Amino acid sequence: MLTNYDRIGEVTRWETLPNGLPVCIVPKKGFQRKYALFATRYGGMDMKFQLDGQWLDTPAGIAHYLEHKMFDTAEGNALQELAKNGAEPNAFTSNAITCYYFSSTEKFYENLKILLSFVSVPYFTEESVEKEQGIIGQEIGMIEDNPEWQCYKQLMQGLYHHSPARTPIAGSVESIRQITAQTLYDCHKAFYTPANMCLVVVGDVDGDEVLRLAEEVLPETSGPLIPRDYGEEEPLEPCQKESHSRMEIAMPSFLAGFKCPPQHGGEAQARSIALGELAIDVLAGESSPLYAQLYSQGLINGSFGCSYDVLPGAAYVYLGGDSNDPHAVVQAVLDEAQRLVREGINPAYYLRLRNANFGTALKALNSFEGIAVSMAEGKFHDYDPYRFPEIYDSITADDVLDFIRDNLAEERCAISIIDPLANTEKE
Amino acid sequence: MNKSRKEIMQNVFLTYLPADKFKTSVLSAHLVTPLKKETASANALLPAVLRRGTMRCPDMESLSAAMDTLYGAQIDYTVRKKGERQCIGFVASVIDDAFAPAGEKLLEPVADLLGELFLDPVTHNGRFLAEYVESEKQNLIDAIRAISNDKQDLADVRLMQEMCAGEPYGVLRLGDEESVARINHHKLFNHYRELLPSSRMELFYCGSAKRERVEGALRRAFSALPRGVVTDGEPIRRIAAPQEPRYLTEEMDVTQGKLSMGWRCDTNDVPAMIMANLIFGGTSNAKLFLNVREKLSLCYYASSSYARSKGIMTVSSGIETGDFQQAHDEILRQLELVKQGQWEEWELQGVLATMCSSLTSLSDSQGALENYYLGQTAIGVEETPEELKELLRRVTPERIQKAAQSCHLDTVFFLKGKEAGAC
Repeated sequence: MLTNYDRIGEVTRWETLPNGLPVCIVPKKGFQRKYALFATRYGGMDMKFQLDGQWLDTPAGIAHYLEHKMFDTAEGNALQELAKNGAEPNAFTSNAITCYYFSSTEKFYENLKILLSFVSVPYFTEESVEKEQGIIGQEIGMIEDNPEWQCYKQLMQGLYHHSPARTPIAGSVESIRQITAQTLYDCHKAFYTPANMCLVVVGDVDGDEVLRLAEEVLPETSGPLIPRDYGEEEPLEPCQKESHSRMEIAMPSFLAGFKCPPQHGGEAQARSIALGELAIDVLAGESSPLYAQLYSQGLINGSFGCSYDVLPGAAYVYLGGDSNDPHAVVQAVLDEAQRLVREGINPAYYLRLRNANFGTALKALNSFEGIAVSMAEGKFHDYDPYRFPEIYDSITADDVLDFIRDNLAEERCAISIIDPLANTEKE
Repeated sequence: MNKSRKEIMQNVFLTYLPADKFKTSVLSAHLVTPLKKETASANALLPAVLRRGTMRCPDMESLSAAMDTLYGAQIDYTVRKKGERQCIGFVASVIDDAFAPAGEKLLEPVADLLGELFLDPVTHNGRFLAEYVESEKQNLIDAIRAISNDKQDLADVRLMQEMCAGEPYGVLRLGDEESVARINHHKLFNHYRELLPSSRMELFYCGSAKRERVEGALRRAFSALPRGVVTDGEPIRRIAAPQEPRYLTEEMDVTQGKLSMGWRCDTNDVPAMIMANLIFGGTSNAKLFLNVREKLSLCYYASSSYARSKGIMTVSSGIETGDFQQAHDEILRQLELVKQGQWEEWELQGVLATMCSSLTSLSDSQGALENYYLGQTAIGVEETPEELKELLRRVTPERIQKAAQSCHLDTVFFLKGKEAGAC
């Protein structure tokens, strides 16, 4: 199905293969790069699921581990196969999806074949699974030294009582030790099946050829969409209001999160994402009065940022950065939220911000990666990411105020702070 | 793409790249100055202070409002180190006129804003506002300190400081904390007044507007730019590695050790050296990735990069502290293999294909193009990605081997984790 989006100068073509795989082609005339992304709706949070009638509990970090091991093939390693053709391949695992992708300027169809083949055909041995422990162990060590990551992990554990959002995507050195070739095969069977996946190709390509190749390489039939368990619904109050830890950093770094009701897909979710981001921008974005005030008081610097995030069974607004007084920043945010609710939003300010957010969303369409990931996410959650101009049109200042009133409240808030080690020594 | 570069005013050059496939236009303006310890901090501070306000938009709120009105136009200040030049200025990005909902023209107002940021900063009694200068000083100091938050960045920076101590190349992009602390609003304003007329200015545009329109908008926006005698700085000096490499170790409370190694590459055959670096550790099918990571599982990453203007190659890797010797030896062994010409044909073809593909892809990203051409103009090279590709394709295995043989290990820096139980 071809769809034209005149307001943003884009076209998409969506087809579903006989085996159930949704395929999206986003034509981009004039670009040299061609980009392909093969995604499965399976991420770090999908640890508990039903396979062949049985509930399985799998170790933390397994989706990410599987991502690493998928590049192994009976012939060798797909990463090198692609690189030999000049393609730049890579993969990532997030909370809810795993994506494999490459971009290339030559031999695109040959590379696409390699991508489709290595992601759909698992090949592990006990020995190769064992060997990966060293590499992933080092990756975990590297991210554990990253203060932003620690701060985020601590925030998620403060916000959530039992949701798998608490668990780091890569797991821990201990949890990944329990991973065996058999568990990896089970997870592959459960989630790497056409109906649970999505292929997106962006660039100046022959769409028919893409579809033909996908049909040729991939399995003829799909397994079922299996039930997963993210635990019972979370209360809207955080698990722990404030958490601290210390690391080798120069100045304190913090994140404050505000728990929001979970989303359940459809255009409502797309609207919620646009609304949540607009609301936090109105409150504390770079052109808000609050930002200017906190910046000139030296309470925040250029590292400060804010956003809204939706995960399976969870959604939250967050803001933070480096600051010598995180509590003062959070208090100022809460006060400003109350003031806005009390006094309303200046209509000119609101329109300006809505235009700016529209411009930012439009700019994001320069990124093939961004387009492909949002297409896959949209498919998995049943909304059309290219309808953002219409969605922005539909959001009013009152919608934003309602969002702020409902969600940016003290009782929804958890704070995560990383302090420098040096302070302890001085004390 | 028909790139052109033209002097549109005295010592003001416009690099123009027409393209109508993007949703945005990118416009940037930079002063190209010699990288020196004495001025690096003031240079780095300047764009941050200028970005705080102009006479027309004297604070962040009114500047943000002006940019929001232009559909979220973005103007970021940048401080970049290109060879031994420090480039300071602004990069603006704005949605292309074709997508402005009411058919507004967006190029001219953005060019005007760029010009104002450079030429019409908010002042009081003929100097910058003390409040702005002090707060940006603090931000700059925080940013310099924050380098230590990312331990690999820290290790790479420490390597450069030690290896190139006394050379301009060893000066940090952002300067140093002590020099920042000594600046005040009076000194900074004088520095600004001296810098403007004496620096070459590089302008860049990529978007759908016609050349004449871009030129006209920029001439108008920068018509008040004072011009004097331009000092472009000394040519880059190349220094030989010491007889014996230097080994330095520092300790921090980290889980993973960071190893940084630096070589001096005594060759003028830049394309061959680019290829040698690629085979050694420049891509994910290079020797370092395949052996140090994939075969020996010693690390999550190990890669090399080559700074052509300075003739330096470096390796970065995150490893277990106890594996230092093994990783160090293996990295040297892999370079030795390149020096001996020991690689398979597929290795060479693979890295060449990867490099050519990324050069071809440059034309698909306005940000990458901007950075590429600023880098070129800063170090005085004029070479399109297409030309560079051709040069790389013509490199022979013998030249690669010879270029690799010109590399001499200069300095090894290891940031190690504290031993378990020691703290």
